[in-house]
Amino acid sequence: MSAPILALRGVNKSFGPIDVLHDITLEVRAGEVLCLLGDNGAGKSTLIKIMSGVHQPSSGTIEMDGTATTIPTPRAASDKGIATVHQFGGTFPLMSIGRSFFVGVEMTKGWGPFKIYDRKRANDIAVKAVRDFGITRIEDGDRLVGGLSGGERQSLAIARAVHFGARVLILDEPTAALGVKQATHVLRIVNEAKRRGLAVIFITHQVMHAMAVGDHFAVLIRGAVAADFKKGEKTREEITDLMAGGASMASLEAEIESYMNSHGGHPPPPAA
Amino acid sequence: MSSTFSFGALARRPEAGAALGLVAVLIFFAIFGGVTFLKPAGMASWLNVAANLGVIAIPLGLLMIAGELDISVGAMVPFGAMTVAVISGHFGLPIWIGIAASLSFGVIVGLVNGFLVIRTAVPSLIVTLGSLFAVQGIVLGLTVLITKSTSVALATDGVAKAMFGDFVLGGQMQVMVLWWFALTAVYVFYVHLSPFGNWIFAMGGDKVSARNAGIPTERLTMILFVLSSTSAAFVGMCQAMLYNSAQVAGGQSFIFNAIISVVVGGVLLTGGFGSVIGIFFGTITFAIVTQGIYYTDFDRNWSSLIIGVLLLGAVLMNNTFRKMALSYAPKKGAK
Repeated sequence: MSAPILALRGVNKSFGPIDVLHDITLEVRAGEVLCLLGDNGAGKSTLIKIMSGVHQPSSGTIEMDGTATTIPTPRAASDKGIATVHQFGGTFPLMSIGRSFFVGVEMTKGWGPFKIYDRKRANDIAVKAVRDFGITRIEDGDRLVGGLSGGERQSLAIARAVHFGARVLILDEPTAALGVKQATHVLRIVNEAKRRGLAVIFITHQVMHAMAVGDHFAVLIRGAVAADFKKGEKTREEITDLMAGGASMASLEAEIESYMNSHGGHPPPPAA
Repeated sequence: MSSTFSFGALARRPEAGAALGLVAVLIFFAIFGGVTFLKPAGMASWLNVAANLGVIAIPLGLLMIAGELDISVGAMVPFGAMTVAVISGHFGLPIWIGIAASLSFGVIVGLVNGFLVIRTAVPSLIVTLGSLFAVQGIVLGLTVLITKSTSVALATDGVAKAMFGDFVLGGQMQVMVLWWFALTAVYVFYVHLSPFGNWIFAMGGDKVSARNAGIPTERLTMILFVLSSTSAAFVGMCQAMLYNSAQVAGGQSFIFNAIISVVVGGVLLTGGFGSVIGIFFGTITFAIVTQGIYYTDFDRNWSSLIIGVLLLGAVLMNNTFRKMALSYAPKKGAK
């Protein structure tokens, strides 16, 4: 089996005296979706920042394609093909789709000092890239990003990352702020990215969404990997329990269930 | 699709509000003041005001699009004027040395502003408020120390006078008007046609994302601050050469007037949206209101009221147009 595209081996991170991550070992391969689950404060954001070059691990190594490497800056991360898409996707609400797609790598035509921004070609490429991901409602590259729905913005950001050669896609809670239909859109796009052979790291606390696309799951609790399993090895309830820190969720459900059994199917009345 | 003309597409452009405002102001003054102010003599009066303001307003507007502000331009105008007057008038050195010194001080103050904004992360309003007062102090202190006066005479002739401080086209229009047109064309090219313009908008939209996308945000901030303070020094320098003297005071009116022109021109105060043409229209609108009042029967004391109402009206209108641009989506099936 080939080496994973991106792997963390025994990564620790502490900020001063506070340990945030302990001994994290994770790997993700091409065409695979790794779901990183965890409650708020479990260390998901710090982990993303280490993989995207914002923070450096205190100890442990990062490997790409089987060789140890460092990711000193966000720029270095994108040069290595690691792209991070944040919760709100498109980040320049008042720029057109074409312009924001090519920020920093503008399409030009013309010659010497008279090189001009090639609006038409940039728009065409951007619109095509998004449409290839199945977002057919986007037809006009002059539309402003701020006018797109949350799901469309995510799709635009993912399409942009893929267009510029990302091999590892880190999606930070892409579905958290979205409605049901839009979340489905984004999940479909995650599947499409996977089909194209990208390694996807999907961060979420919505177990349903994770189960819909994930091949591999890791549950993070208080900065450590509490469970690491493959698709089909655990049920949804088991994962939710794990994330909530074990028994508490299960006992709450059991409590409500037993009450409903003894009261003809009605839930407990609200506290007076 | 882009070749077909539509009012909708026009209304979604950042300068839509500014263009409408300009038309409204033109109609207003045509009704109350007659068409005199559109005849050459009348046009020169507001074009002169617009040109001096516009040369400063465009780089200031670009800073605002990038999410920064520079109010030290108010001190750079007298600084630029006084530098050329002291060097070439008081000391009698060649005019070109005065011009070079004047523009160099503009570059230096711009670099200091940019450096402080980048390094301290203090809002640029505060940083340039500091440099506004600091430069005012330097101008007053040094001028009095060197010349024992607050007003310095300057006599220029020849090429320098013709290029920077003369009247053209019948002796009423300042040569600054030509500079303004030329500079506007250069800015339009760099901001809207070249790839660099995209960086300014991206920076104003989201600085962190812009930096992650590989845009040299710090260098760009420096360049924009240098542009605005050098442009202000340039305007001061030209005024000193035009009026053959420089005063230590004056120039503060440029701060608010330029900001009003920029905002009327459709630039979003929080950055990320606007256009050079919009600022151009905004400047003309402002100049017509301040000068057009002389052609009407109104007492000129009312012009500030008109400007205040115009500013608020323009901001509201620009907000509406921006919302239209944001919510715009082509109709289903329309291709």
